[in-house]
Amino acid sequence: MSEPILQMNNIEKHFGNVIALAGVSFDIRPGECHCLLGDNGAGKSTFIKTMSGVHKPTSGEILFEGKPMSFDSPRDAMEAGIATVFQDLAMIPLMSVTRNFFMGREPTKGHGLFKRFDVQHANEVTMSEMKKMGINLREPDQAVGTLSGGERQTVAIARAVYFGAKVLILDEPTSALGVRQTSNVLATIAKVREQGIGVVFISHNVRHAMSVGDRFTVLNRGKTHGTAKKGEITSEELQDLMAGGQELAELEGSLGGTI
Amino acid sequence: MTEEAETAMDERIKKDPLYRRLMKRPELGAIAGMILVTVFFLATADPAMFTLSGFMNFMTPAAQLGILAIGAAMLMIGGEFDLSIGSMVAFAGLIFAALLVNFGMPLVVAIPATLIIAAAVGAVNGQIVLRTGLPSFIVTLAFLFVLRGLSLVGLKWATGGSTQLRGIRDAVENDFLTPVFSGDAFPALFAWLANIGVVETFKNGAPKVPGIPVEILWFVLLAAAATYILLKTPVGNWIFAVGGDTNAASNSGVPVRNVKIALFMFTACCAALLAIIQVLDAGSTDARRGFQKEFEAIIAAVIGGCLLTGGYGSAIGAFFGSIIFGMVVIGLTYTNIDQDWFQVFLGTMLLLAVMFNNVIRKRVTGER
Repeated sequence: MSEPILQMNNIEKHFGNVIALAGVSFDIRPGECHCLLGDNGAGKSTFIKTMSGVHKPTSGEILFEGKPMSFDSPRDAMEAGIATVFQDLAMIPLMSVTRNFFMGREPTKGHGLFKRFDVQHANEVTMSEMKKMGINLREPDQAVGTLSGGERQTVAIARAVYFGAKVLILDEPTSALGVRQTSNVLATIAKVREQGIGVVFISHNVRHAMSVGDRFTVLNRGKTHGTAKKGEITSEELQDLMAGGQELAELEGSLGGTI
Repeated sequence: MTEEAETAMDERIKKDPLYRRLMKRPELGAIAGMILVTVFFLATADPAMFTLSGFMNFMTPAAQLGILAIGAAMLMIGGEFDLSIGSMVAFAGLIFAALLVNFGMPLVVAIPATLIIAAAVGAVNGQIVLRTGLPSFIVTLAFLFVLRGLSLVGLKWATGGSTQLRGIRDAVENDFLTPVFSGDAFPALFAWLANIGVVETFKNGAPKVPGIPVEILWFVLLAAAATYILLKTPVGNWIFAVGGDTNAASNSGVPVRNVKIALFMFTACCAALLAIIQVLDAGSTDARRGFQKEFEAIIAAVIGGCLLTGGYGSAIGAFFGSIIFGMVVIGLTYTNIDQDWFQVFLGTMLLLAVMFNNVIRKRVTGER
């Protein structure tokens, strides 16, 4: 397998006296989907926020394309090619798909006072990028609010890919979606991976992770339990790792093995 | 669109008919309202209202309000309110008049200085709102009183005890900038139009309409510029974005703080522009100038389709909203209706507009 694009070595993050991350190592290679699994409170959010430049690690090392990196802001990370699609998607329902797609990075034409938003070009790009992801928009000036949750997720992913993401971090992209929309988003992830982008897929749903993941890292109480390749681990084992085994086994017994 | 794309469309989606596409425009309500009001006055008012001079009569207050309303609309689209713009008219009027009368400055200095001071107050408003995270409603409510009070105190200081500052006419009489900010534009054109009989004349041959009041030109210019910025520039996209969702906008790299502060400054400058025009027109300024105009401006913006929650609206809407205002306030004098119905109308119109906007928003976002 090729060299990792992004390597996070022994990352620690403390908030006052709370140790949110106690030495987490993680890496992502081009064209793979690396799943980061963990229950609520495991430190997933803190970890991806460290990866995307929102938080600075208390200690530990971040290597981007082999070089040590320190991101001061999400903007820095974005410019380097680390794009994060957070759960709120950074989408504005009242604005059109095109306006959302290019929000903050509007293409312009003309010069000086007459430098203006190139709406036509933006519309064309939006339509064609969305088509590549398998979504036919009715019209580019359709408001994002009229799209389904899965479609919005896809717009956010397409936007990150179009603006040159090398690493795409998806924060629980399937958590609020129905069955059909979930499979659409998972299919989109597969398409993104084929383009040679490294996808970090955060989830607490083992089945979703198993369907697209190449490698799996489980985070529990701020620590990792190592990384497993596809085929080396079963979904039951992942489930156990996430919930800390013992307690879940007891719960599962009382629920008749339905979790 | 190409054939291929056409066939790939979702077969469950019908093409929207024209009326439904129009329904999605934010300014629709204001245009519909204007048509209604026009029909109402065509039926009830003296036909003199719809002559050229009648038109100028109701467009003048419409334009004065509109200059404020366009600023208010831009700020509302950006997700904030400014309740201090009415007081800002008085405050900027005081600054402007004091610079002219007490300091004897020419317009070419006094106008930019007034605008800069107004913009600075707007920036202070914006900074406080952003730094404290308090609702702009409260912060600017405080400034509504602060600026009104400062205007009173300042006027007494500038005049030695009075709350009215006079003598502006004399101060600007021969200034080359005076015609840009006061009086009627294109007098020669209108004199010529009167000569050839297009414009009605008085018995002595002077045209009944001597020109276009300059505020109307400023109003149209401002509406056009605001619309261009909103729809055709990256900054416009940022304004919609910060109003729609501050967090999403800043995560996408929109300079949220700068956009909001610039909007507060712009709104304050609109108030200052109105103050300059009014002070030059009246030849004096007093502390009650712009009283309660902030509410009228916000109402005009809401009639124009701005959502109170931000992120949606249009400058064209505010343009028509202001014209509705002017038509009603002046139009009632052309009818037998008691003019005090105006306030009733104002409240009703606001309520209807807000309800209508909610429906529109649901249509746009596809909420059910």
